[in-house]
Amino acid sequence: MKGRTSRTGIAAAAVATLLAAACSAPSEDGRGDGGGEGGGGEGDSLVIGIANEPDTLSPLLGYGKDGNSKIFDGLLRHDEDLELRPALATALPEVSDDGLTYTFGLRDDVEFSDGSPFTARDVVFTYETILDDGTNNAAKGDLDAVESVTAEGDHTVVFTLSHPYAPFADRTVLPIASAEAAGGQDVNTGPYNTEPIGTGPYVVTGWTRGERITLEANPDHWGGEPEVRRLTMAVIPDDDVRATRLRSGDLDAAVLPPNLAATFEGEDGLVTHHAESADFRAVTLPSDHPVTGDRDIRRALDLAADRELMVDSILQGAGHVAHGPIPTVSPWFAEGTERAHDPEGAAELLDAAGWAPGDDGVRAKDGQRASFTLWYPAGDRLRQEHALAYAGDAEEIGVDITVESGPWEVIDERMAEDAVLSGGGSPADPDFDLYTLLHSSLAGDGYNNMGHYRNPAVDEELENGRRAADQAEREAAYDAVQRELADDPGYTFLTHIDHVYVMADRWDGVSTQIEPHDHGLGHGPWWNVEDWRARP
Amino acid sequence: MTATAPDVHTDRARRAARLPWAAMARLVGRRLLAAVPVLALVTLGMFAVAAASPFDPVRRYIGDGGAGTSQETLDALRRNLSADGTFVEQWWTWLRSAAAGDLGQSLALRQPVGQVIGERVGWSLLLCSVAFVVAVLLGTSLGVLAARRAGGAFDRVVTALSYTLQAAPPFWLALLAIWLFALRLDVLPAGGLTGSGGGSAVDAGSLVRHLTLPAAVLAVSQLPWFVLYTRQGVLDALGEDPVRGARARGLSERTVLIGHALRSGLLPVLTLIGTRVPELITGALLVETVFSWPGIASATVRAATATDFPLLAALTVLSALAVLAGNLIADLLYGLADPRVDHDEM
Repeated sequence: MKGRTSRTGIAAAAVATLLAAACSAPSEDGRGDGGGEGGGGEGDSLVIGIANEPDTLSPLLGYGKDGNSKIFDGLLRHDEDLELRPALATALPEVSDDGLTYTFGLRDDVEFSDGSPFTARDVVFTYETILDDGTNNAAKGDLDAVESVTAEGDHTVVFTLSHPYAPFADRTVLPIASAEAAGGQDVNTGPYNTEPIGTGPYVVTGWTRGERITLEANPDHWGGEPEVRRLTMAVIPDDDVRATRLRSGDLDAAVLPPNLAATFEGEDGLVTHHAESADFRAVTLPSDHPVTGDRDIRRALDLAADRELMVDSILQGAGHVAHGPIPTVSPWFAEGTERAHDPEGAAELLDAAGWAPGDDGVRAKDGQRASFTLWYPAGDRLRQEHALAYAGDAEEIGVDITVESGPWEVIDERMAEDAVLSGGGSPADPDFDLYTLLHSSLAGDGYNNMGHYRNPAVDEELENGRRAADQAEREAAYDAVQRELADDPGYTFLTHIDHVYVMADRWDGVSTQIEPHDHGLGHGPWWNVEDWRARP
Repeated sequence: MTATAPDVHTDRARRAARLPWAAMARLVGRRLLAAVPVLALVTLGMFAVAAASPFDPVRRYIGDGGAGTSQETLDALRRNLSADGTFVEQWWTWLRSAAAGDLGQSLALRQPVGQVIGERVGWSLLLCSVAFVVAVLLGTSLGVLAARRAGGAFDRVVTALSYTLQAAPPFWLALLAIWLFALRLDVLPAGGLTGSGGGSAVDAGSLVRHLTLPAAVLAVSQLPWFVLYTRQGVLDALGEDPVRGARARGLSERTVLIGHALRSGLLPVLTLIGTRVPELITGALLVETVFSWPGIASATVRAATATDFPLLAALTVLSALAVLAGNLIADLLYGLADPRVDHDEM
């Protein structure tokens, strides 16, 4: 019992702690739940339970890049139908004939929440900082087309693009940071990440990491002061805890998985919102693999996948079948590219193509067994269930899929040869998903075009879609892309996932947009909470 | 305790007047010198583990939003986020800037590491010290009471309970406590620092309510050790010559128990205080995570799952320091309490 003997034990314990901490597999953050009391009842305060909190509140590092950031405004914003409307700009931009110059006139009556005026300088600062090499912004690729941003006086800003990029205006929903408040500090770790100053309808009053973010209405907002004056985002990763706290009245609204949302059915004063989304789940079929690169196999798998069953059983009805990255509910969806579930047709197709069933029921052609590996990120239950269902459907037509799970580090190295259950979805413009998923120049480029999809006809139409200024021309181009993709399905698109929200029924003006893959603070029925009116 | 035994009181005053200050200072100095190589080795080990880790900090950094991130962006992030060179070189660079006061930047929290620790260390200290004080006081009292009638009903209940609790992992206790007190009985909040609807300011009443469950769980997880050690120590002491002598002199049972048996029986408990510090830290790790307590430990979990090595390195140093400090305090107390032990020989 002397100090000396015990020290060995202490050292061992310290090392054990260290090892345990350093080796534990990355996963969802530990479960946790915020405080107990609180919640509302009043129309001027709203407590929302969200599953994931943002890593940063600075737009310079990617916060709110798809709009609805609450704390900031973009030059433009999306309305309920994802149509562009002016926000900090006075009108939609003037685009030059060659599509390379975008000119925005800016409002002159806007102030940041610290009282300093908003000018073109802030716009230039925001875009230039994001594009700077030293800025650790993972989404800077969104602005690849931008060559330069210049201020002409205080209230005009001009973007020059390096190539014609028709959907550029949709990128300018990006929140504008204050040059004065955010300049002069380390963009990657400075206090602006946690105490941002914006022009938006709300002001951050507190952020306890892992617990909650509190916002208060900005009384001087140029769009008028919001009626919901206090907005609290409680960070509750555990679905069950979120449901319990919603039931107890501690929360006014929460995002929930469909099965838990169903338990609130018919409860007084609560209403359920199903937001349609572009959030797809798809299997990448690598072009350079002898099996998944084969067009007949791709078509057969596309026919064999029982999407309806996946929507009913995995998503419990809260979703839609996917025939491509564009959701069937989107105006951009190409009518007629739907494929029915047809396993017999798939089998006939493979028979005709020379993929003959072997002794073990697995088909083969020229000595090549119809088998491949499908990866899903470990711990993602939704992708796991999609992967297993897909492998089951494939087995019925004699294609053998080995389903494996692993961390992204492992999957990264195999993406070129093995299939991956991937996810994504940005609904604002068809270019956002189609170009990054399908253009051959992006094959194997990071997390773009993970399946190395190569199709010259698709490439050409994707370019046309970027170049065309005319809406009808663009529609024709993306129509053609979707038809080509249906013809050579290098990805098997399975489902689009609805996001389900349950909330107190106390406000007017609540609606949902078609939502992207990432949804947390900005998306959900509260995307336009600043416009809600409390019901008397 | 002291009111009933004036002789103990004056004795203590006399002892305080002649504390071996010089010997204690020499011990502290020696330990500080010894801490330097220990910390250097611990951090080197940390960097070695980081180098061997299969996880990619860049992948963690872009998180779930990286669906369409291009290779160019990934490469740029890798250049900015990861240090160059072998892990020994990285360690040396880190060591030099840490010695100059710059602990680097936390990737996961987008804040300087120094700021992360500054914001959180207070909450962790509060939680740990409340839990530790409760565990020591309650554990010692229960241990003495159990030893007084060894084999009696109270002793059996306390000992059995202690062994059961000792086997129960803290996170399990924490989840049980949430289920019982927050969900079933709805008397205490399930976690956090303040209510979700309240203001962002932390007021005392709300803090006490939110502190109760995590502190209680942490205290209960440490309690059995103190109960069992005190019980055994006092039990042994009751059979020793000085106690028998005191009884023979006709002193009251109370004076014998508290003034003689407990004093001698507490010696192993003092050592225990030092050795429990690492356990306290791992316990806090789990308890803070379950209760979303905004302390150092929950930052550690986050740093580990996000492979945030700069933050992890600083936190490792901090826990190593806490362990060394606990050890030192135990040795100092031991030397003070046991006249047979000389600080200069430790």
